[in-house]
Amino acid sequence: MSAEIQVRVNGKSYESQIEPRLLLVHYLRDVLGLTGTHIGCETSLCGACTVLLDGKTVKSCTVLAVQASGSEITTIEGLSAQAPTNGNGLHPVQEAFWEKHGLQCGYCTPGMILASVELLRANPNPSQPEIRHALSGNLCRCTGYQHIVQAVEFAAKKMKSRKR
Amino acid sequence: MIPAPFEYAAPKTLEEALRLVERHGDEAKILAGGHSLLPLMKLRLAQPRYVIDIGRLRGMSYIREENGHIAIGALTTHAEIESSNLLRAKCPLLAETAAAIGDVQVRNRGTLGGNLAHADPAADYPAALLALDVEIVAASTAGARTIPVNEFFLDMLTTALRPGEILSQVRVTPLAAHTGAAYEKLPQPASGFAIVGVAARLRLGKGGKIEDAGVGVTGLGPKAFRAEAVEKALRGKKASDKIFTDAARYAAQGVEPLADLHASADYRREMASVYTRRALKRAFARAQGKA
Repeated sequence: MSAEIQVRVNGKSYESQIEPRLLLVHYLRDVLGLTGTHIGCETSLCGACTVLLDGKTVKSCTVLAVQASGSEITTIEGLSAQAPTNGNGLHPVQEAFWEKHGLQCGYCTPGMILASVELLRANPNPSQPEIRHALSGNLCRCTGYQHIVQAVEFAAKKMKSRKR
Repeated sequence: MIPAPFEYAAPKTLEEALRLVERHGDEAKILAGGHSLLPLMKLRLAQPRYVIDIGRLRGMSYIREENGHIAIGALTTHAEIESSNLLRAKCPLLAETAAAIGDVQVRNRGTLGGNLAHADPAADYPAALLALDVEIVAASTAGARTIPVNEFFLDMLTTALRPGEILSQVRVTPLAAHTGAAYEKLPQPASGFAIVGVAARLRLGKGGKIEDAGVGVTGLGPKAFRAEAVEKALRGKKASDKIFTDAARYAAQGVEPLADLHASADYRREMASVYTRRALKRAFARAQGKA
């Protein structure tokens, strides 16, 4: 049993023959070699595997790769191409997580950053409770979240000033 | 956690999908957003031979007014329901309930139809849909039929859908004047599913008299249900905190509560009363144009 899929991942087109049961996260990591998307709980709770599917965050452990056929996917590797960077190759949200120590072990970070990007697109000036609500599908076992929330606030400021 | 192998089909139309489910019967499962089915398949609790993916039938994703009711396509996501201006204006209870489901990523992907057809006893929508007394439309190659939501949930993970049917639409009556509705939920802290969730709808008449009440309860028992004893205790009475507290005592009447690691049967029964009272109070405030 095999199925053909066509996807665009980080701006590049791919055609693959895959088993229909292959999960999107395994397709990204094992077939395309994009290991920036992490596998955490595998039960759609922790958010480590979050990617943007047609511009919206999804948990790629709970999407079949065949369901994504015809879609546009952005992983952490392709994020910096989506916003003006400071010449350091980092998206402003990535930069903010760095600046504000929004990570310790880094395992949840790609998912946290993509969820933050979606939030800031819809709400460029979120309050702390709004940030916490938007990130409630992403678990972090290191930071206690405080620095992550600060990083998102910092990213919001940075993105606003860059737009001017 | 990898699903067992299956054959995959992605029909281009609902008609084609209906022919496939008719042909494959029990051996087939319908895949919409996948947020109920795929977790079961990954745990191998479900091992369908055929998976029929209707997720690309964009024509089944809509929220629109039709002949005095609001029609919601089965493939409408929780995020779309949460952010719908039409629902926020005419039936805010549904938008509020959708916002209480899972998290952003889950709401981006999960669908109304998938959620209902799966019939998880702790899902949020069933409480709201029962309180609103909606109709569910099931399509088949023989045509469509309408099922009152009160007859839809039969047991844990079991609905009135017949083999060969696909849930295609939910029909909601907009809230009447002087009506308020609210959803109150005690979430399981890890999964966000309802340990108990209660949706209440109250229509007020002259002098604060309760002319109509709808109360839906989820999480408490093996299936979501309408708390008819609570509704009966409210109808015709003058709204007050005391009448809400008294009526809420009947929330678990006739139900054998579930018990698990997170909540014992006694605790669930008690919380059903507490959350019923809270939902009634908030529905009342809204019916008066407050909150």
